[in-house]
Amino acid sequence: MLSEQAKQEIQAALKKYHNKRSAVMDALRIAQQENGGHVVKRDMEEIAAILEMQPVEVNAAAAFYTMYNIDKPVGKYHIQVCRNISCSLMGAEHIIKHLERTLGVKTGETTPDHKVTLSTVECLGSCGTAPMMQVNDDYYENLTEAKIDELLKKFD
Amino acid sequence: MMEKVLLKNLGKAGSHTIANYIAGGGYKAFTTALKMKPDNIIQMVKDSGLRGRGGAGFSTGLKWSFIPKDPTMQKFLCCNADEGEPGTFKDRGIIDHDPHMLIEGMAISSYAIGASKSYIYIRGEFVFGAERLQQAIDEAYAKGFLGKNIQGSGFDHDMFVHRGFGAYICGEETALLESIEGYRAQPRKKPPFPALAGLYGKPTVINNVETLSCIPAIIEKGPEWFSKMGPEKSPGPKIYGVSGHVKKPGLYELPMGTTAKDLIYNHCGGMLRDGKPLKAFIPGGVSAPMLTPKDIDTALDFDSLAAKGSMLGSGAVIVMDSSTCMVKMSYIINRFFSHESCGKCTPCRDGTPWLTKVLKRIEYGEGRPGDLDLLDGICDNIFGRTFCPLGDGAVMALRGALKNFREEFQYHIDHKRCMAS
Repeated sequence: MLSEQAKQEIQAALKKYHNKRSAVMDALRIAQQENGGHVVKRDMEEIAAILEMQPVEVNAAAAFYTMYNIDKPVGKYHIQVCRNISCSLMGAEHIIKHLERTLGVKTGETTPDHKVTLSTVECLGSCGTAPMMQVNDDYYENLTEAKIDELLKKFD
Repeated sequence: MMEKVLLKNLGKAGSHTIANYIAGGGYKAFTTALKMKPDNIIQMVKDSGLRGRGGAGFSTGLKWSFIPKDPTMQKFLCCNADEGEPGTFKDRGIIDHDPHMLIEGMAISSYAIGASKSYIYIRGEFVFGAERLQQAIDEAYAKGFLGKNIQGSGFDHDMFVHRGFGAYICGEETALLESIEGYRAQPRKKPPFPALAGLYGKPTVINNVETLSCIPAIIEKGPEWFSKMGPEKSPGPKIYGVSGHVKKPGLYELPMGTTAKDLIYNHCGGMLRDGKPLKAFIPGGVSAPMLTPKDIDTALDFDSLAAKGSMLGSGAVIVMDSSTCMVKMSYIINRFFSHESCGKCTPCRDGTPWLTKVLKRIEYGEGRPGDLDLLDGICDNIFGRTFCPLGDGAVMALRGALKNFREEFQYHIDHKRCMAS
């Protein structure tokens, strides 16, 4: 269920637009954030009711954009490593292998304690500071194995 | 050294606040513009020679002039901050460090075309940037640069941030509009062009962050100042974003038409590793066909690069040294395009994954005789047959690699291993 606060945020988003449907991306983002990183069917149905859309239309919009994790929980820390060209030239593969080894998971998996999910993603627009990754909302750039080890230690 | 315009505040603490922006002369251009006739502003932008910095290089002033003049019509301005072309990170530099320059540019542009509302479409991953823009917009409202009857001019304008959520195709202008309207971001058929039927079916201009950020300086310093910088047909300052195998990657604001040689060996300090010379460079994001050291003296501007069979695109220069495997790079680039294909039209939806599948097997030593002809054939069946330029970009990138490094692909097929490493 969406909280009252989430519903208020969706109402605020509606004011930006000329139709209700335009707020679907904001609404899904708000729902995903509230739900700890993934969006569930029940919330999409609620969003559909608020925006006067069919649930299937909300689902169709959500499924199009890769940052919505539909019915797929992610860990408290979602690590997304860029694997595109500039990061690859600067050693992204080593970074990914190092993370897989250290975390004991393969790309696309979550650690058994549900703390960390490791994903690879396409270009995040931080090419001059490659290799890089995003952890939840934050960018970590000019990565080295030592920098990653330091960061992982801070995960609580 | 030229005086920097677009990146003058890069790395300066607090440059994102309205107090510092105004202290540096910010919003003066908007105040000046509000006293001018909108048509005169459009003429100034035309005279400046400014061409769109998102990739297409279309005349900005001309684009604005297509907007109907009827004052009773709702019109929109959309800023394309979806910055997704691999290698590109220039708009983020402006958004994070100088958000008010963009907002001022958008406010002037909106006044010129008569738009009472504007949206900044920012890619979802730029959470910091989206928050920074929202803060800056709030500041601009508080200071009376947005809202009702701005500076007593009678001009009303509201500005909003729309956050994307992970889809490269939203950088295509009509897909961007679909996305704001709450649909899957699939490109629209053109015509009608957005200038006549854009957002919510209303006349809409879509401009890139860097393009709009040039506007305050054009108003302030005049179109002549702008048009005299760089080549006659594509003048002005340009942000080059350099990544890959150079000593000093990063953003460089230089006159349009700076040569690849000057950029790589002078500004960026040369190649990253001694003994690993330049093998190839991509001059404008991965859609732009790669060039080789023989093209190093090419001026990085719209027309000079087009003459070399490549393009300026977003000005993202990706530098590759002699250790780089072109099969692997082509596989990575194509995997990106197939991942990002929106699924609307068959040649791209089915063609790009097919290219990726063939490139993957060549890369992994499982290439078959005839695979290069197969790649050529698939390229022929995608290029020019798709709804939007995404499929064309995939083909141009691959054709560029095959043209310059065909023997390397063949070696991979014949020897089941890489020539470069």
